[in-house]
Amino acid sequence: MKIRLNDVVKTFDTFRAVHGVSLEIESGELVALLGPSGSGKTTILRMVAGLEYADHGHIYFGDEDATDIPVRDRGVGFVFQHYALFPHMTVAENIAFGMKVSKVKRTPEAIRDRVEELLALVQLSGLGERFPGQISGGQRQRVALARALAVDPRVLLLDEPFGALDANVRRDLRRWLRKIHDELGITTLFVTHDQEEALDLADRVVILDKGNIVQEGTPEEVCRAPQNAFVMKFLGDANALPATVRDGKAYVQDIAFDAPDLKDGPADLLFRPADVSWRESGDGVPAQILRVLDRPDSRRVLARTTGGQSIEFDTAPEFPHKKGEQGFLDIRRPRVYATT
Amino acid sequence: MKPHHSGRRPPRIGDDPLFRRVLLGVVLFFVAVIIVAPLAVIGVQAFSKGLPYFAGAIAEPDTLHAILLTVLTALIAVPINTAFGVAAAWAITKHDFAGKRLLTILIEIPFSVSPIVAGVAYLFVYGLQGLFGPALESAGIKIMFALPGIVLASMFVTAPFVARELIPLMQAQGRDLEEAATSLGASAWRTFFSVTLPNIKWALLYGVVLCNSRVMGEFGAVSVVSGNIRGQTNTLPLHIELLYHDYDAVGSFAAASILATLALVTLVVKVALERQGAGRSKRPATLAGNDTLSEVKP
Repeated sequence: MKIRLNDVVKTFDTFRAVHGVSLEIESGELVALLGPSGSGKTTILRMVAGLEYADHGHIYFGDEDATDIPVRDRGVGFVFQHYALFPHMTVAENIAFGMKVSKVKRTPEAIRDRVEELLALVQLSGLGERFPGQISGGQRQRVALARALAVDPRVLLLDEPFGALDANVRRDLRRWLRKIHDELGITTLFVTHDQEEALDLADRVVILDKGNIVQEGTPEEVCRAPQNAFVMKFLGDANALPATVRDGKAYVQDIAFDAPDLKDGPADLLFRPADVSWRESGDGVPAQILRVLDRPDSRRVLARTTGGQSIEFDTAPEFPHKKGEQGFLDIRRPRVYATT
Repeated sequence: MKPHHSGRRPPRIGDDPLFRRVLLGVVLFFVAVIIVAPLAVIGVQAFSKGLPYFAGAIAEPDTLHAILLTVLTALIAVPINTAFGVAAAWAITKHDFAGKRLLTILIEIPFSVSPIVAGVAYLFVYGLQGLFGPALESAGIKIMFALPGIVLASMFVTAPFVARELIPLMQAQGRDLEEAATSLGASAWRTFFSVTLPNIKWALLYGVVLCNSRVMGEFGAVSVVSGNIRGQTNTLPLHIELLYHDYDAVGSFAAASILATLALVTLVVKVALERQGAGRSKRPATLAGNDTLSEVKP
């Protein structure tokens, strides 16, 4: 089921949470809404679900205008951030709930078979008689997913699906959710503030800031060509150096970088910690090493330029230089954005 | 320094033996003097002239009538106020509407207003010289100095009891469960009975017990609107006072012991229901947040 948002606006009291957002999600696609807290991503998800109504604009499911269809009839599966499992029902009863209250009548046998099938799908066979309080967080998450899938939703919506879990469980569940999505082919939209999660899981990432879409594209597109400094910084660690643009070149302490499409004036030069090499002599931004941090697969070096800017960069574990040494930063793949 | 496990360890905060004894002593003293002693005296006094006299005092027609009237009042007022309290808590915690805070404050008014003020206010509204008094009189409806007035006054006094028990709990529970049920296709009624109610039942029960005890025991508001007609509009608390003024100490204490017993019965019913409920769901004591149970790898 294709989902289309057309100029959707939502205001809470005096706070405008979502400013005219337009977005298309193709049938069968897995899309992430990525943004910091307060960016409006959860509000958008809740409007698609029908848990909030848009103040303005339209939401279409396929060709049908779903803007004013109540959540009960909208046919969405919603997985809540804290799962919202019914604590007084067993896992099996939780999963069966949607089928029991459905307008489509099913026999108790049919419901029982479907519950077993879903328990197998989420790899929880045999735990149907447990209560939500008796299973782990990761298991609860999967029960919530099974419960949402039980009503054969047209779209699947997940609000910070892995937010409350440990890093390890989180990564496993992420890969597993991708597998389930590929098996079922259901149009899926999920919200996250974790860029790694979005890039790892989604076909397409929609990056939001202050209620607006700042960029959307495949993980490759947003990673390789961040549209502005916000996206660049939000997607991962980034260093920033103040620069001045003159005639298509950005200058940082007399070192020139290409900036072909920028007007003359102040700008920021942004680059990733992995795109810096340390040189004892030659070209580059002069700097001094402040600290060296060890990580399992690399060394991170904290340095300060002679202009007083803090820079972090990653090196091989064998990096021989120590605190206090002077040298030069060779910067690769920098991106220059006009200062806003 | 090596830790020494033998001998006396230094006390933790508030763990000083002297402090603990004093604390416990003060609490026990207050419980004994303020709560237990008066109740014990009622029991002793009620039976001071022997069981037959006690039975005779209870069987007194006016006393019997007062007991029945009190139970009848509770049977009407408690269910209505329970329904009102649940509806109010549901509206306030799970829905958004203009004037919500005002409603929350209005519900609390009976807590801060003296019951006697409520009684007098009802008199002004429904009494013969009151607002609707003449109209009701000509329609042949009697509210003051009759059962409807007693029920109304009792309901005013106990209106907040159920709502006040439920609102904090339902606020803490949030709306996620209701939203989940609705997104799965459940109607509002279905959501309430299958999802909301099972999660508030113990708080609801407690609210009902408190409401019931207060309805049965209400004195001030009822004494204004009932007219204190013996054998007609005298509820048990009013009757106890009447007997006391008649210098019928034993009769008064016997009636008081009945009132205390009625309250105890509600408490016992509550505890029994809780036990049964806990047994039925067959859940172990460790309910929430037990993440250490055998994790099945995804």
